[in-house]
Amino acid sequence: MPIWRGYDFHMTLFLSKRIAIGILTLLVASVIVFSIMEILPGDPARIMLGMNATPEALAALREQMGLNVPLLERYVNWVTGMAVGDFGNSYTYRSPVIDLIAERAVVSLPLAVISLVLSTVIAIPVGIFAAARRGRMGDTVSMGTAQVGVAIPNFWFALLLIYVFAVWLRLVPAGGFPGWAGGIWPGVKALILPAIALALPQAAILARVTRSAMLEVLGEDYIRTARAKGMPRRYVLWRHALRNAMIPVLTILGLQFAFLLAGTIIIENVFYLPGLGRLVFQAITQRDLIVVEGVVMLLVASVVLVNILVDIAYAMVDPRLRARA
Amino acid sequence: MSAEQTSPPVEGAGQFVRAAFSNASFVTGFVITALIALMALVSFVWTPHDVINLTVANRMQPISAQHWFGTDHFGRDILSLIMIGARNSIAVAFVAVGIGMGIGVPLGCWAAARGGWIDEALMRFNDVVFAFPALLSAIMITAIFGPGAVNAIVAIGIFNIPVFARVARAGAMALWPREYVLAARASGKSATLITIEHILPNIASILLVQGTIQFALGILAEAGLSYLGLGAQPPMTSWGRMLFDAQTRMMVAPHLAIFPGLAIVVTVLGLNLLGDGLRDVLDPRLRRQR
Amino acid sequence: MSLLEIESLRLSIGNFEILKGVDLHIDQGEVLGLVGESGSGKSMTALTLMRLLPELAQTSGRVTFDGIDILNAPEAAMNKLRGDDIGMVFQEPMTALNPVKTIGEQVAEGIRWHTGANRRDAEDRARAMLDRVGLPEVKFPLSRYPHELSGGQRQRVVIAIACALEPKLLVADEPTTALDVVLQAQILELLRDLVDERRMGLLLISHDLAVVADMADRVTIMRHGEVMDAGETGRILTEKAHPYTRQLAEASTHVPERVSRFIPPPLTPPHKGEGDVDVEGARGRWRYPTLLEIRDVTRDYAGRRRSLFSKPEPFRAVRGVSFDLHEGQSMALVGRSGCGKSTLARMILALDRPTSGSIRFGGEELTTKSEADLRPSRRNMQVVFQDPYGSFNPRHKVERLVAEPLHLLESQPSRSDRRERVAQALGEVGLSAADMDKYPHEFSGGQRQRLSIARALITRPKLIVADEPVSALDVSIRAQVLDLFADLNQRLGVAYLFITHDLAVARAITDQVMVMHEGEIVERGDTGAVLDDPQSEAGKMLVAASPDLDRALARRRAANA
Repeated sequence: MPIWRGYDFHMTLFLSKRIAIGILTLLVASVIVFSIMEILPGDPARIMLGMNATPEALAALREQMGLNVPLLERYVNWVTGMAVGDFGNSYTYRSPVIDLIAERAVVSLPLAVISLVLSTVIAIPVGIFAAARRGRMGDTVSMGTAQVGVAIPNFWFALLLIYVFAVWLRLVPAGGFPGWAGGIWPGVKALILPAIALALPQAAILARVTRSAMLEVLGEDYIRTARAKGMPRRYVLWRHALRNAMIPVLTILGLQFAFLLAGTIIIENVFYLPGLGRLVFQAITQRDLIVVEGVVMLLVASVVLVNILVDIAYAMVDPRLRARA
Repeated sequence: MSAEQTSPPVEGAGQFVRAAFSNASFVTGFVITALIALMALVSFVWTPHDVINLTVANRMQPISAQHWFGTDHFGRDILSLIMIGARNSIAVAFVAVGIGMGIGVPLGCWAAARGGWIDEALMRFNDVVFAFPALLSAIMITAIFGPGAVNAIVAIGIFNIPVFARVARAGAMALWPREYVLAARASGKSATLITIEHILPNIASILLVQGTIQFALGILAEAGLSYLGLGAQPPMTSWGRMLFDAQTRMMVAPHLAIFPGLAIVVTVLGLNLLGDGLRDVLDPRLRRQR
Repeated sequence: MSLLEIESLRLSIGNFEILKGVDLHIDQGEVLGLVGESGSGKSMTALTLMRLLPELAQTSGRVTFDGIDILNAPEAAMNKLRGDDIGMVFQEPMTALNPVKTIGEQVAEGIRWHTGANRRDAEDRARAMLDRVGLPEVKFPLSRYPHELSGGQRQRVVIAIACALEPKLLVADEPTTALDVVLQAQILELLRDLVDERRMGLLLISHDLAVVADMADRVTIMRHGEVMDAGETGRILTEKAHPYTRQLAEASTHVPERVSRFIPPPLTPPHKGEGDVDVEGARGRWRYPTLLEIRDVTRDYAGRRRSLFSKPEPFRAVRGVSFDLHEGQSMALVGRSGCGKSTLARMILALDRPTSGSIRFGGEELTTKSEADLRPSRRNMQVVFQDPYGSFNPRHKVERLVAEPLHLLESQPSRSDRRERVAQALGEVGLSAADMDKYPHEFSGGQRQRLSIARALITRPKLIVADEPVSALDVSIRAQVLDLFADLNQRLGVAYLFITHDLAVARAITDQVMVMHEGEIVERGDTGAVLDDPQSEAGKMLVAASPDLDRALARRRAANA
């Protein structure tokens, strides 16, 4: 049955409401980011330049950062600038922030996508398998493993992976990124370990959620109705239970995306990958506030976007949500 | 007949203890957590080796009968450091959970009791906070206000607030239409009194379970921050800090990284098992009521 | 040989024996009523013959369906039987359908699976079946989702699924318990027609003797996992030879002994307020002061948007209701589910505020008062809810639970005073003072409902609003609780507003009855008069649909004569 058969104005309403909430979220987030930078003790220009800055350099930077205009105007300029892709100029890199972001995104984006796909592809079948074999050997073993997996910090796991696969077996590089210019394979090779380090602990969480969602759904009345129709257990599991169980799983997937972004900050540091996470971390330590503001807003925007996508997926899975808009 | 027999929730301390200690997950988690806590406490009065007066000759020793987990680049005994580091990891996670519960639960209960625009506004604000990758913001906070254990606590604690607010609100929302709450309203009790008498005791178990989960996440987050050099600063140590120190020496002395990491894994595993066990024991129905 | 034969069936889960040797049989085209109270094992019997038992269940004995040994058949054979030769209808229509699949998919799925038909043919058959169960294509295309249907409509879909392949046996487990009486009558009629039309056997499981008396050729009465009585319906229920059968039958037609109207003590001085009215009584004319005055009460709820550009239309749950209730009077408010009766009750209890209109209690306007100013009124007005399991905080002891309304007193009683009051209230409802230190889960459903009543009584209120207070109870327990209500009305002079969909309950303990329909009160009068000869359409429909054991047996005799 086509999923969009139930498409009607409710779906439009639902979507516009979600997008409006997303924009609102971004606006509030921008106020928060802006105020955090504003409440910093002292002059941002001085913070960035350090104590030994010359008055000329300070004045130049203040001019460049637009610090000489009133607060509100500065905020409006900043937000409207971002809306058209102008994130300002980095002080330390001496180049537009948007260029830095573009340059780093080609590392972070593939990393995030590979890990998200990897964790989903591993976790969901394992969760379904464990639920179907509840209480038996397969369930116990896979869920025991997942229980341990949840407890492993991804950066420590990354260190172990480096030791085993890079130092000991010498299968992949221990860190760094060759860029995509030399072909796809060297780049992918450099991203394999980081992606695994990010994906497996996430997969453990997702597998547990999938299993418990499946078990919960399998206890519902409509599963019994389907069984009373003569549908075999396996058919009921795949055709009736799975789609209902996807609802909580999608929620976790959405939340995990934010975790994943945060995870990239650490993981990119472990593997010396020139991605957005490393960019923002370095910018923070170097007090390059313009870069920090820009990248943080970009990351928040991507979380908001993913949550809207999750909501659309919800509505595709669950006709009740389409109606409830 | 339709009158469905619901399993009674656990009543009384004695019954709870009996039920809890026949739950394998709870027992395992409880034992692990208790041992780690005990280790942290013992470290105040005794550690296998002195970690303050250093013997540099002992640097980077491998595992031996004398140093079970080896020594680090200053010649400090790793086992002793892990015992001391436990204090910091536990304290940070504990206070962060306290901040989250102390602010989040009242907020969530308030939103549920008032409903309307207050509820809506609070939940939207929650969405905003959730949109910030928590670790990123923690990095920002600690980087701006300076690295250190206290700022790490605040940074992690802030992101616990919406979690507890959401859990408390969801639990309270499910209880407000209950007949016993209606009966209490018919008895003229105020929303505050009803929240204290009827709502809180009945969401205490989900809060406790969430508390153990956040505690475990707090330990992971503290480790992450310290690993980036933003948590505990020397001479204080923590498991994440030990991994930070170990990172550059991995090639020559992998044991530097293995044992602090294992300490994190075991602790988080113990807390998660404890949480799972508690959930099963306290209220198996809660999972169905979401 | 019968279509279905069950011989000395035993079933246990763990150490708990649920069925202790059950025998029954059903012939082709025959309707067997399986009757019992909660815990009798009647549902488990049904699940056994579908082999849909919980995993840990252990069975012994023999179940033969159409020559197949059910207990020992391989799972594949059971899958062929289920849905094809045996169809099943469940109690709870709201949860019996998969929320993410259309009704068309859910009906067609079984057809495709069993017959191997292609999607088109299966959908054509599903369409025909849905038409047959009263869901015509114009209003109910196959692409509808369950949440777009009401409870009664969903139950029709479940019946369509169960009957789609013309099974030889239909198992219906309390198919109408979750529905109101009018829907119940419609669904029962549909089941009866389908069974006649297709010569299906029907195993109808019910707790309601009146339903079974109307539907079944034979009955089997179960209790605690054993068959108590079995045989031809008319004979079993008329002769009532078995003591348990007699007990059940008497309990389900039970009318508590009470003087038809409460006679209050002489009023000193004679109260002659404006609200006083003369009430025609069996013993003459009495003056009752008005307790509750409802005038033009309306309640709107925010509705759903019909299109992107129109404003959401409010849903009007209660429309301009006015009535008076006098001290000591017992009034029933009857109506179908969703007619607004519970909304009205909530507004009277000041748990919800009307959109417009006035509610005066003891002369005080409630609708504009703050929570603090409501306290004196709340003291005189308490509530008893339907669900004996949900009405108590599971973590408090009885003393604290029953004493809760004492919070409304001006000065809080001392601990010993409080215990004394609780003890007295417990005594009033037939429980002992020692029960004070127990937790609610230590009580049975009927006892909990007594606790609810004790809690309502403790402030000595003038009015108790009872929202379906006995509908979750087994018939024998229900009779006892009704006795208690009647007794308290007689002894303490407390007035009742009894909200119920069950006319037998209204008849048992109320003086007057109001019929509510789509938010309006369409009829009111003395209980006997209204229920014997309703004037409004809604009243007629309710009375006609209400199961009544005596009437059903009379019809049966007339049909046989």
